[in-house]
Amino acid sequence: MKVLVPVKRVLDFNLKVRVKPDGSGVDLSNLKMSINPFDEIAVEEAVRMKEGGGGHRAGAASEVIAVSIGPEQAQETIRNALAIGADRGILVKAEGEVEPLAVAKILKGVIETEKPDLVILGKQAIDDDSNATGQMLAALLDWPQATFASKIVLHDDKATVTREVDGGLQTLDVELPAIVTTDLRLNEPRYASLPNIMKAKKKPIDIKTAADFGVDTAPRLKTLNTTEPPKRSAGVKVKTAEELVGKLKEAGVL
Amino acid sequence: MAILVVAEHDNASLKDATNKVVTAAKALGGDVDVLVAGSNASSAAQAAAKIDGVRKVLRADGATLAKQMAEPLQALIVPLMASYDAVLFPASTTGKNAAPRVAAKLDVSQVSGVIGVKGADTFVRTIYAGNAVVTVKDGQAKHVLTVQPTAFKAAGNAGSASIEQIAAPAGPFKSAFVSEEMAKSDRPELTAAKRVVSGGRALGSSEEFHRVLDPLADKLGAAVGASRAAVDAGYAPNDYQVGQTGKMVAPELYVAIGISGAIQHLAGMKDSKVIVAINKDEEAPIFQIADYGLVQDYKTAVPELMNALTKAGV
Ligand SMILES: Cc1cc2nc3c(=O)[nH]c(=O)nc-3n(C[C@H](O)[C@H](O)[C@H](O)COP(=O)(O)OP(=O)(O)OC[C@H]3O[C@@H](n4cnc5c(N)ncnc54)[C@H](O)[C@@H]3O)c2cc1C
Ligand SMILES: Nc1ncnc2c1ncn2[C@@H]1O[C@H](COP(=O)(O)O)[C@@H](O)[C@H]1O
Repeated sequence: MKVLVPVKRVLDFNLKVRVKPDGSGVDLSNLKMSINPFDEIAVEEAVRMKEGGGGHRAGAASEVIAVSIGPEQAQETIRNALAIGADRGILVKAEGEVEPLAVAKILKGVIETEKPDLVILGKQAIDDDSNATGQMLAALLDWPQATFASKIVLHDDKATVTREVDGGLQTLDVELPAIVTTDLRLNEPRYASLPNIMKAKKKPIDIKTAADFGVDTAPRLKTLNTTEPPKRSAGVKVKTAEELVGKLKEAGVL
Repeated sequence: MAILVVAEHDNASLKDATNKVVTAAKALGGDVDVLVAGSNASSAAQAAAKIDGVRKVLRADGATLAKQMAEPLQALIVPLMASYDAVLFPASTTGKNAAPRVAAKLDVSQVSGVIGVKGADTFVRTIYAGNAVVTVKDGQAKHVLTVQPTAFKAAGNAGSASIEQIAAPAGPFKSAFVSEEMAKSDRPELTAAKRVVSGGRALGSSEEFHRVLDPLADKLGAAVGASRAAVDAGYAPNDYQVGQTGKMVAPELYVAIGISGAIQHLAGMKDSKVIVAINKDEEAPIFQIADYGLVQDYKTAVPELMNALTKAGV
């Protein structure tokens, strides 16, 4: 079984984004970029399907392919996935912001040549917070989907997936090929070891462009302005619980 | 302009999120219809017909819609969009699951997590865990939005729209429901609660989490939430998680106990009206946004708070 994992290069989750004072966008210059945390979880799950572990038998996956759509530097994100244990990478070069719809169309093109049995995406990119690409891809392919996965059990021609939903947990069966998107509790990704980081440098990365797939990446949505959220100022420190209750009464919330 | 709102419900009852999304829909300007897709969901459909300003309710009822899964919702909604200019889903796990499928089939870029409507084609949303707010113009022929219910006031319930039956999709579909484990609770629902009490990693165990938070929540009539750290460690169930990748809440009172205040957590609760933080570390970032901070060990602070509340007649 072949598994494809789309990985996005995003601002590192530890960093706080800066909004440009003129409202024209966010300033990412000189800030550390990393693999989207949900995508790291997706790669880890795919690699466990290959190596065994996390409830998967070794060899359940025969090959793990990491795909990123973005600038030249997204190669580093793919190398990240290769260091966790993916076998090879595909970089689809595209400049500027690529909306989930265009990403999904490009991924559809990749899938038509690669023919994976399973595609594992993150549930959400922590920069655009869209939570859309996996579902869009599933619709474009007419595949079933299991989003927000916290557990995946593979069978011959289907996967049983437990999903984190608002009221609790829901379990589905999806026929393969299928789309799965990861939630945070699916697994805890490993730290890539130095030898594996070195090995990753030798693994192949194919370079393509969005035009190779006939996809127009011009945004459909126009950002008129970008601002800082309204600032909440720090309030007061109270000394005792009694004082706190007094303040809450004054504020009219008790 | 004709606008379709996809109702949030569990077949038995309609969720307040629906009323909030209707308010967002009205701000686009036009006729607002509500779709109730479910199985044996007549009471939810009747409740939807009462929402102020709704033109009509479309009720699709059938076994394939019992769990409101993404594939049947797509099959139902995409053809309906021939008569609508916009469709709004609540940004619930059900809405987030289905909306992008509809958008892709319509060849439309979706606007996710809308927190403001500035006109028929101009929407406000946040990116980067709420650290930047963008206003986007959506010039596409049709609009597909998911709406953050907490950002809108609920429309009232004095209407009397008609209910039109439409066919549920027949299937077959490539995904099948197997089972679910839904938390049962007498407390208010987290995203709709007026008060929320949340616990973090400091609580240390599931027993301690419930021993400390449940009585306080009951006293305040509050819902219980948690940080990701508390959920990951198994102190609290997954559907308690508040934050960028959990639930968005905006209660009148949010009490954070033993939560440090990571940006991902703040993203989910910083629009609360009054924020209280109890943390033994006076440097904890949560204090930078808390209206009232109590620097104390929760082990002494919470019992004292319970007593003070009792004394104050709460
Ligand atoms: C992609 C991604 C998404 C994420 N999404 C979310 C999300 O949606 N929601 C979320 O919450 N987090 C999220 N996180 C995690 C987030 O970054 C933090 O790790 C998490 O919020 C920390 O939880 P905490 O505050 O409970 O734990 P900690 O940061 O460990 O804080 C515990 C606090 O308790 C205090 N404390 C300890 N003992 C006591 C005591 N006895 N009395 C009083 N105070 C005490 C400490 O001083 C400390 O401030 C996400 C992270 C990533 C990478
Ligand atoms: N540019 C991209 N390159 C590769 N994968 C992407 C890209 N954008 C989104 N994805 C995938 O889609 C998921 C959801 O992203 P989003 O819909 O933008 O929140 C991410 O976690 C990735 O797995």
